[in-house]
Amino acid sequence: MSSAFLQYLFSGLTIGSIYALAGLGFSIIYNASRVINFAQGEFIMIGAMATVSLTGLGLPLLAAAPLAVAATVLVGVAVAKFAITPARGASPVTLIIITIGISVFLRGAAQALWGKGFHVLPPFSGDAPFVVLGAVLLPQSLWVLGTTLVVIAGLGWFFGRTLHGKAMLATSCNPLAAQLVGIRVSGVVLGAFGLAALLGAVGGIVMAPITFTSADAGIMLGLKGFSAAVLGGLGNGAGAVLGGLIVGMAEAMSAGYLSSSYKEATAFAIILFVLLFMPQGLLGRAGTERV
Amino acid sequence: MSCSGRGQAAAIVGRRHAGEVALALVLAAVPLALPNAYAYDIAINALFSATVCVGLNLLIGYAGQISLGHAAFFGLGAYASGILTTRYGWPPLGALVVGAVGVGGLSWLVALPVLRLKGHFLAMATLGIGIIVSIVLNTESWLTGGSDGLMVGDFTLFGHTLTGDRGWYCVAAGLLLVTVWGSRNLISSPVGRALRALHGCEVAAEVAGINTARYKVMVFVLSAVLAAIVGSLFVHYAGMITPSKTGFMRSIELVTMVVFGGMASIHGAVIGAVILTVLPHLLTQFEDYETMILGAIMVGTMIFMPRGLLVTLAGWRWRGRAS
Amino acid sequence: MKVRPPVVPAFTGPVFAFMLSVAGIAVGVVAFAADAQAQAIKIGSFLSVTGGASFLGDPEKKTLELEVEAINRQGGINGHKLDLVVYDDGGAADKAASFAKRLIESDQVDVLIGGSTTATTMAAIPLAEKAGIPFVSLAGAVVIVDPVKHWVFKTPHTDRLAAEKIFEDLRKRGLTKLGLISEDAGFGKSGHDQSLIVAKAFGIEIVADEVYSPRDPDTTAQLTKIRNTPGVAALFNFGFGQGPAVVTRNVRQLGITIPFYQSHGVASKEFIKLVGEAGEGIRLLGSALAVAEQLPAADPQRPVVLAFQRAYADAYQAEASTFAGYARDALYMVAEAAGRAGGADKAKVRDQLELTKGFIGTTGIFTMSPADHMGLSPASFHLIEIRNGNWKLMD
Repeated sequence: MSSAFLQYLFSGLTIGSIYALAGLGFSIIYNASRVINFAQGEFIMIGAMATVSLTGLGLPLLAAAPLAVAATVLVGVAVAKFAITPARGASPVTLIIITIGISVFLRGAAQALWGKGFHVLPPFSGDAPFVVLGAVLLPQSLWVLGTTLVVIAGLGWFFGRTLHGKAMLATSCNPLAAQLVGIRVSGVVLGAFGLAALLGAVGGIVMAPITFTSADAGIMLGLKGFSAAVLGGLGNGAGAVLGGLIVGMAEAMSAGYLSSSYKEATAFAIILFVLLFMPQGLLGRAGTERV
Repeated sequence: MSCSGRGQAAAIVGRRHAGEVALALVLAAVPLALPNAYAYDIAINALFSATVCVGLNLLIGYAGQISLGHAAFFGLGAYASGILTTRYGWPPLGALVVGAVGVGGLSWLVALPVLRLKGHFLAMATLGIGIIVSIVLNTESWLTGGSDGLMVGDFTLFGHTLTGDRGWYCVAAGLLLVTVWGSRNLISSPVGRALRALHGCEVAAEVAGINTARYKVMVFVLSAVLAAIVGSLFVHYAGMITPSKTGFMRSIELVTMVVFGGMASIHGAVIGAVILTVLPHLLTQFEDYETMILGAIMVGTMIFMPRGLLVTLAGWRWRGRAS
Repeated sequence: MKVRPPVVPAFTGPVFAFMLSVAGIAVGVVAFAADAQAQAIKIGSFLSVTGGASFLGDPEKKTLELEVEAINRQGGINGHKLDLVVYDDGGAADKAASFAKRLIESDQVDVLIGGSTTATTMAAIPLAEKAGIPFVSLAGAVVIVDPVKHWVFKTPHTDRLAAEKIFEDLRKRGLTKLGLISEDAGFGKSGHDQSLIVAKAFGIEIVADEVYSPRDPDTTAQLTKIRNTPGVAALFNFGFGQGPAVVTRNVRQLGITIPFYQSHGVASKEFIKLVGEAGEGIRLLGSALAVAEQLPAADPQRPVVLAFQRAYADAYQAEASTFAGYARDALYMVAEAAGRAGGADKAKVRDQLELTKGFIGTTGIFTMSPADHMGLSPASFHLIEIRNGNWKLMD
C-alpha cells in the first residue's frame, strides 16, 4: 500500500464521516416524516458558524460547542414546528419545495447575521500531524472519526434501548398503528428534526477546524449527505453511514487518481448510478415506497 | 371531468382562451411603459423565464413531479448554441435544433428508467444531472470558456440579423404566447386529462388504464426541450452565458417561480416568473436579505397558499362574488 | 387522497391581466427611478459585494463610497460634484451585464468603474464599447486589456505580470521545477493559463499541474500527488478566497517544506488571519499598500498609500487591502482625467484616461498609452514574505 493511497484513504475517511452524519440526518427525518430535508446541510453550517462566533465572544470551546449544538437543535425543532407540521399531508413535491425554501432562508439569515466571509475554528488538540507509513494524519481527523463513532453508538443505543427511540422506529414503520398505541406522531417529527439538527451541528463543529466555514458551506455538504443517504438506501441508518464513507472515499480517490476537477461530480454520478441500477440503495428495502 | 355537451364545450373553449387574449393584450401594451433598454432587458428576461416556467409547470403542476435541474437543460441549450455557432461556425437555427434534440434525448434517457419509480426519484436524478452539467461547463474551459463564460454572436436567420430590444421583445413575447397556447391545448387534450388524473391519484389513474410513466416521461422531455430552446435564444440575446446561469440555485429559482405563481396554473407560472424577475431589481437596497426573502417566499407560499398567488387571489374574488 | 378542483380560467384571466400590468408598470418605475442630476459627474459601479468574490467587492465598494465623499468634501472636481451609484452583482456575470445596462441606460452615468472579477468585467465590456462610455475595470486577467479595447482600462496588475514576477524570483533562486496548484475557476484558471504560457521564457518547467474547485474543503489528495512528483523544487498556488487558505494549511499538515509561493490574490490581512502559523515563510506578491510602512522614505508611493490606509482605517476600523487600492486608483485616475477634460464628456474623459502619465496610485505608478490600457510595469509588484504574522518586504 503506497503512502499516497493511505493519504487518500485518510482524507476520504475524514470527509466521509461528515457525509455519514449528514446522511444519518436525512434518514432519521425521512423515517419519521417521509420528508427529504434539504436543509440538513444548513444544520451543519449553523453548528459550525455558531461555535465560531461564540468562541469569538471569548467563550471556551467546551462551552461554545454545546451551546451551538443546542442552538442548532432549537432551529431544527422550530423548522419542524413552523414549516413542516403546518404542511402535514402535503404532496412530496410540496415538501421538497418547503425544505429547499428553509435551506435558502437559513442560509440567507446566516449571511445577514454572520456576513459572507470565511471563518476558522482552531483545532481541538493542536496541529502537529502523526505520520503513518509515510502518510499524514491530523489530530483533528481523529476527533472527526472518534466523534462519528460515538454518535453512531449513541444512536444505536437510542433507537434500540430507549422508549423515545422505539417510538420513532414504530412511527417510521406505520404511523397510523403508532398513533393507535399512543405515540404522538407530531412529537416524533419534532424529535426527528431536533436529532438530525444535533447530528449536523456536531459534524459541523468537529469538521470546522479542517475545512473553513462560511454561511454557504451547507449547500454542498447537505447535497453530499443526501447522496450518501440515497446510496445506502434512504431511511436506512447503517446504509447512510456506509454511503457517506463510500462517497467520501470515492471523492478522495478520484481526486488522487483521476481528475481533481471532477472530484465534486463523483457524489452526483453515484446518485445517478444508484437511481438507474439499484434504486433501493445498497442496504435499502426492496420496495421503493409503500403506497 | 365528465363529458359535456357540445354547446358547453364551445363556451369552455371561449373561456379557456380568455387568459391568452388577456396575455396577448398585456404583452402588446407593456412596451409602451418601457422607457429604455434597461427596462426592456428586465422585460425580456422575465419573458424568457416565464416560458421556461410554463414548461416546468406542466411537470410540477400537472404531472406531480419536480425537476431540480431545469437550469441545466436551459444551460445545455444555451451552450450548444454558443459553442456550435462560435467555435464551429454553425447557423444559429441549426445549433438551436441540435441543442433541443440533444437535451430531449438526454432527458428521455434519464426519465425512462427513473419515472417508473415512485416518489422523489426524478428530483434526485435531475439534481445530480444539474450539478454534473454545471461542473462540466465550469471545467472544460477549452470548449465552454469556463467560469468566465462564453461570448456569443447575434441570432441570424436567412441573412436577417435579430437585433435591438424591440425585436427581441417580440421574439420572447411570441415564444411565450405560443408556449402558453400550446400548453393550454395540451392540458385540455386527453393527454392533459390523463396527467391531471395522475396528479390526483396515480393508482386510480393506473387502474383506469392510463400508462402513467409514459405520460410523465413525455411531459418531462417536453419541458426540458422547451428550456433548451429558450436557452438557445437567450444566449444570442444576452451575447454571453456563464455556468452560474445553469447551476443548482438557478434551478431552485425556477421552481420557486412556478410554485409562487401557482402550481397547475399556466398563468400562475407566468406571473410567478415575472414577479420574481422584477422583484430583485426593485429591492436592490435590500440585497443583503435577498436570499432570505427568496426562502421565505418558497416556504410561505407552500404553507399559506399552496396553490400559488394567482389561484389564491382568483379564489378570493370568486368567493367574494358568490356570497 | 383528495383531488384538486379544476381551476376556473374565467376568473383567473382578469386577475392575471391586472397583475401583469402591475408588473409592467413596476418595470417602468424601476427604470425611471433615478433621474440624472444635471451638474454632477455620475460614476456607476457594479461590484461583487456578496458571493464568492465578496472579499474583492466589499472593500472596493467601501473605498468608492469613502473616497467619493472625500472628493466632494473638497468641492468636487472643478466644481463638479461626484455622484456614485453602486450595484452588487453577487459575482454573477449575467447580473453584472444587467447592472451595467442599468447604469448606462437608466442611471445615465458618465463613467463605469467595476467588475470585481474578470467574468463580470468581460460581461460589461461589449456594453461599454457599444454605448461609448469610459470603463475602468478592477479585475485581474490580461484579456481585459489585451487586445486593447477603445473604452476599457484597468487598474490591477495582470495575472501574466504576476506569473512573470514569481518566475523571476524562482530563476534567481535556481528553482526550475515547479509544482502548480490552482483554482479551476476565474482568477485561478486564468492565472494558471498565463503561468503555462510564460514559464518557458523563464526556463521554468511545470512538473505537476493540479487544480481544486473554489469550495473544496480539502486538497491533500492533490498536494500528495505534487509532493510525490520527482524533482519538484517549489510550489506555486494561483487562486483567491478560501481555496489558497485550505491549500496553505494542507501544505503544512502534509509537512511539505519546499519554497511555497502564492499569487497577489491573497494579499490581504484576512488571509494571514485564516491560515495562522501555516502561512509563515510563504512568498507572495503585493502592491505597495500591503507594505506601506516598510517602503523607503524616498518611494513616491509611500505618502499616497499611507494616507489612504489611514483614511480607510479611520472609516471602517479595518486594514485597506490591495483590492481596496484598485478601486481607489480607478476613482482618482477617473477624477484626474475628468479634471483635465473639464467635465464629464465621455469621449474627452476617455482620451484623458489614455493620456494618464506618471499617476501615483496605491497599486503602482501608471502610465497609459494607446497600446497599454493598464500602464503598470513589473516593478510595481512587490515580493513579500509572511513573517511573524505580518508582511515582510523582500525587494
